[in-house]
Amino acid sequence: MRTLTILITFLVVTLVGCSEKEDKTRSRTAYAKKTTEAPAKKAEPASKRIDLTNKGIGPITDITLEDAINQDLAAHGADVYQKMCTACHKVEKKHIGPSPKGILERRTPEWVMNMILNPEQMVKEDQLAKDLLIEFNGSPMANQNLTEEDARAVLEYFRTL
Amino acid sequence: MKTIKNIFLLTAVAGLILSCGNNNGGKSGAMASSNAEKVYVAPGEHDEYYAFMSGGYSGNVTVYGLPSGRMFKEIPVFSQFPTSGYGYSEETKPMFNTSFGFVPWGDAHHPDISQTNGELDGRWLFINENNTPRIARISLATFETEEIIEIPHSAGNHASSFVTENTEYIVAGTRFAVPNPQRDMPISEMKGEFKGPLTFIAIDDSGHMKIDFQLNMPGFNYDLAHPGRNKSHGWFFFTSYNTEEANTLLEVNASQNDKDYIVAVNWQKLAEFVANGGGKKVPATYAHNVYDEKTHTATSTMMEGVTSIDPREVEGAVYYIPIPKSPHGCDVDPSGEYIIGSGKLSTDLSIYSFTKIQEAIANKDYEGDAYGIPVLNYENTLAGVVTQAGLGPLHTEFDGRGNAYTTFFISSEVVKWKLETWEVVDRQPTYYSVGHLMIPGGNSRTPDAKYLVAMNKITKDRYLPTGPELEHSAQLYDITGDKMELLYDFPTHGEPHYAAGIAASKIKDNVKKYYDLEENNHPYVAKSESETKVVRNGNEVHVYMTMIRSHFSPDNIEGIKVGDKVYFHITNLEQDFDVPHGFSMIGANTSELLIMPGQTKTSIWEPKREGVWPFYCTDFCSALHQEMQGYVRVSAKNSDTELKWSLDDE
Repeated sequence: MRTLTILITFLVVTLVGCSEKEDKTRSRTAYAKKTTEAPAKKAEPASKRIDLTNKGIGPITDITLEDAINQDLAAHGADVYQKMCTACHKVEKKHIGPSPKGILERRTPEWVMNMILNPEQMVKEDQLAKDLLIEFNGSPMANQNLTEEDARAVLEYFRTL
Repeated sequence: MKTIKNIFLLTAVAGLILSCGNNNGGKSGAMASSNAEKVYVAPGEHDEYYAFMSGGYSGNVTVYGLPSGRMFKEIPVFSQFPTSGYGYSEETKPMFNTSFGFVPWGDAHHPDISQTNGELDGRWLFINENNTPRIARISLATFETEEIIEIPHSAGNHASSFVTENTEYIVAGTRFAVPNPQRDMPISEMKGEFKGPLTFIAIDDSGHMKIDFQLNMPGFNYDLAHPGRNKSHGWFFFTSYNTEEANTLLEVNASQNDKDYIVAVNWQKLAEFVANGGGKKVPATYAHNVYDEKTHTATSTMMEGVTSIDPREVEGAVYYIPIPKSPHGCDVDPSGEYIIGSGKLSTDLSIYSFTKIQEAIANKDYEGDAYGIPVLNYENTLAGVVTQAGLGPLHTEFDGRGNAYTTFFISSEVVKWKLETWEVVDRQPTYYSVGHLMIPGGNSRTPDAKYLVAMNKITKDRYLPTGPELEHSAQLYDITGDKMELLYDFPTHGEPHYAAGIAASKIKDNVKKYYDLEENNHPYVAKSESETKVVRNGNEVHVYMTMIRSHFSPDNIEGIKVGDKVYFHITNLEQDFDVPHGFSMIGANTSELLIMPGQTKTSIWEPKREGVWPFYCTDFCSALHQEMQGYVRVSAKNSDTELKWSLDDE
């Protein structure tokens, strides 16, 4: 009898496990994350959330910012930003996407550059980027195919805002 | 009980296995499954070859993958294409300019890929237009038509647009002999009066076409051609029919002579002659239309004059060779030694030897002349004959392994035969009435001969019926074995007269993904939203507009008046692969625009009624595509509504 119970339990567990593995891996992780982040999320939108540890997903793993802003680099960044970004991001207000003003008070420099350089993967796999996509009406962050140098310049420009 | 049950179960399972085995044991079953595997390209996987098929009367080119037979794209060339706005947008209308004015349609025939050292190099695709003689060049980086040149003095540009082995020249023959220059004269006086010019178009390093010279041949009908290659590089061979010079009921009156002619042209000699100041500059007016990838705009230039050569004035450059009557295809094997002429009313194929042709020329072994052009002796130039191969031979391609493959229209089959022994080794039916065939690289020094595609003229019952009008069928054969094996059958678009195939690896890594916004030199570009504006100049209004997922800027425009001519110059600001946006305006008397990332296109709208009129994006671009729209306020002609424009009230 006891053996039978164990066997049945084992079978049930295996079956349930199987079905979950097949169908629900994604929603289960999302669900798990949601529970831990829910309180913070309720309190403020993703755009206001502060996360200075998450480096995002993409080619940029480690950036060191000098104390002083490199003005030449920032000027180049302003030019790139004007050409490639202003259709969706305005400095003085929320437009299609958020304003970049004060972004480095909320995000790591790596996260910002990865969002510029690798938006497709970011909005799929980075929880913060996913939440931002929802907050901003599902408007995708367009990949404007900036070079790493140009993205770095845009980051420097953001420091001046 | 339990044991009995198990035995029963086992028996049932065994039975199932056995019956499965029986089903698969039949020859057709096993063959079918392996053929399916040969053409199956798994989801997300890529085909091994590109096939560029002419669209015939569609005027365009379709791009297929082989072996899957999947169609990837229709490239608009000689016909307006509302899908993208080609021929409707202000930038592309000049592509249709000719000496006859705006010609919005063409009959596209023979695509050919550029070559280097006799190998396909994947830079450009050329294709001829038969009706209003023209040749187009398509970039194989953008898959867009970049250039169209009109061929003056020609009619029925059929023997075209074949490429020499270093893309020095492409040719354009004249299928319908005409007065040259054109003049008002009785049709019945054609004989001896009409001409059949053969045009040689030089290609420069950037692919641009320039008419170098026209060989003003007697007025026979020059039908098909191929360049010599390898040992016969420097020569070009053309078939001609209607050497009778009949002007009516040609199906009878042009089939009187037992033999017509192949023309052998030493184009290197002619090029040298012209380079040294030979030939005569004669009047000609023809359009040369070039699309610039940086301005995203085509310009049309009317050209004047061509150099004309009388074939009799250049010693050793032009010869006729007799061929059984009413020939069609004219093909050259990879070594360049054999020239195959197909007499379409014959059952035989005549194969000429380049070596023997050279000997006959050296020995002045002529059997006469036609209008002063030497005619070489048929028997003495012949390498061999493939006898009784089938009915109605048309075209031949090669596999580089010593075999040739010829289509037979009347007997509806592809016949494989051996070069040098001239023996038929295999034949396979086609469905039905095959015209051209294509082996990737099959008209180069180095065929890439895994597959053969037969392009048929008649479809009948091959697919589900679609009313009286049917798309033409194509069949794919595996030609790697001794026998050809029919693998697959797929519909094409328009009427593919010919196709050019090439290994995907020679093209796919060079394909452009989007246009660099930085390099956009369109005179009306707006490279960011801050550059958008609306400018009035009399009743002409120019809107500098941008688009990005998912809004237009500006999306509110006021101050447009009835009677205005509004130019929407729209730039797609995206800089990523596969993010086009569309534009359409209610009531516009034109097509939509489909604008690629980094590109600018222009559409004209002439509002006829007062009101507030919407425009929108036609290409589903993001989750908020439906919201990608805007309004134009149209006021009365004499109103004083202020001209203003905005996005989100800014």
